[in-house]
Amino acid sequence: MSEVKFSKEHEWITLEGDVATIGITKHATEMLGDIVFAELPEKGSNVEKDGTAGVVESTKAASDVYTPVSGEVVDTNQSIVDDPAKINEDPEGSAWFFKLKIKDTSELNTLMNKEEYDKFAKETSS
Amino acid sequence: MEIKKTSLNKLHQSNNAKFVEFAGYEMPIQYSKGIIEEHKFTRSHSGIFDVSHMGQLFIYGDKSLTEELEKIFPLDLKNLKQNCSKYSFLMNEDAGIYDDLIITKIDEGYLIILNAACKDKDFEILSNLIGSKFKMSLDNTRSLIAIQGPKSVEILNSIINGVDQLNFMTGNWFDSDNKKLFVTRSGYTGEDGFEISISNENAEKFVENLIEKGAQLIGLGARDTLRLEAGLCLYGHELDINKTPVEANLRWAISKSRLSNGGFIGSKKIMKQMLDGASQIRVGIKPEGRLIAREKTKIFDDTDKQIGEITSGTFGPSVNGPIAMGYVNKEFSKVDTKILIEVRGKKHPANVCALPFYKKNYVKGVN
Repeated sequence: MSEVKFSKEHEWITLEGDVATIGITKHATEMLGDIVFAELPEKGSNVEKDGTAGVVESTKAASDVYTPVSGEVVDTNQSIVDDPAKINEDPEGSAWFFKLKIKDTSELNTLMNKEEYDKFAKETSS
Repeated sequence: MEIKKTSLNKLHQSNNAKFVEFAGYEMPIQYSKGIIEEHKFTRSHSGIFDVSHMGQLFIYGDKSLTEELEKIFPLDLKNLKQNCSKYSFLMNEDAGIYDDLIITKIDEGYLIILNAACKDKDFEILSNLIGSKFKMSLDNTRSLIAIQGPKSVEILNSIINGVDQLNFMTGNWFDSDNKKLFVTRSGYTGEDGFEISISNENAEKFVENLIEKGAQLIGLGARDTLRLEAGLCLYGHELDINKTPVEANLRWAISKSRLSNGGFIGSKKIMKQMLDGASQIRVGIKPEGRLIAREKTKIFDDTDKQIGEITSGTFGPSVNGPIAMGYVNKEFSKVDTKILIEVRGKKHPANVCALPFYKKNYVKGVN
């Protein structure tokens, strides 16, 4: 599996072959608070880089989930829809959101590595 | 304008509060455990709420004050016993609501608890009406602390002996540690509990004492989910100047004896609406599935006609599902009516339901 990359919208992404797994970061879940609702893109649909590809809602507010790369949705994680609290428990592991068959791996080049993201998260949240 | 802070601000900070600005005050929205845990702790144990941003208006006077206040509020104040509280409204001539409030008859006159965002305007309105005849004081030397949940009576009584003898919606002055406190058995969470008016300099120590006895600080986030589950209105959401108490489904708060003769501000409109019904009415709404319908979500019937709007919506931690309140045209206000709510451009099914969403009995009488 490839190195984990991060977007400015607080998504993480890993790549295995041409299939990317995408979720939201731990930092994002800490900012959102208790997550009580998740909506995922439809399997078979196509999503565009930086477009919306889902929604999460906390007790406080709704937030869009964006996709950091373009591709076709090949799988979604129904378990987080059934039990959204899982997103707070394991955001960067079992609580992934969706998998994409991606077209253009170079789109990943614009994303941050862990060190860059941690710095970005720290700067933007203070 | 500089943000105002309550006397518990430092205590909130040391308890890792996340702050928001609310009605010009820096208030804790949550602490480190988060809204759901705080909500559940209140329902199962005892939660402490800093509500010091709310207004504590003392009006001093005797029988003539009662007569003047009856010209303002739709209450039978003449027959209200001393130390008893009532929920009521300050209205305009069209029965539009300036504020909702709790009024308590005390030996020197009345104590009225007002919403933070409305208190200055309320004071101005009441000053213009009766200020020339009676001494009024919006007391900012006192903090207001609520303690709510099943363990609250035991915890508070261990500090202020005798509060367990208060009935629901009554209050009294108590002495604790040589400090004069006004305690009412009331609250806004659907739980048994108390509100304590205490001088600012003693508030922090008092709350630390409550924490030592096992209560925990709870933020405004959980206060909102708790009051929504209890089906209680929040000013600026369910209530505003364009809504009347009848539309808000709060007829119960209008004293029956005042309806025959009126004589309070807004009485003509209230009496007419009591007779004819209101065209829109506040209801409880449960979206199907887990979908949350926030404030301003539009409500439709099955012919695509808009029939109302959501005023508050969230996830109810004790209900374990989404809950909302809103206004619908009266023909859609019956329990179990199917409606559609538009969220992110799509219409989803929801049902009109009875309030409250979560019911626990208040302590009514202890004697």
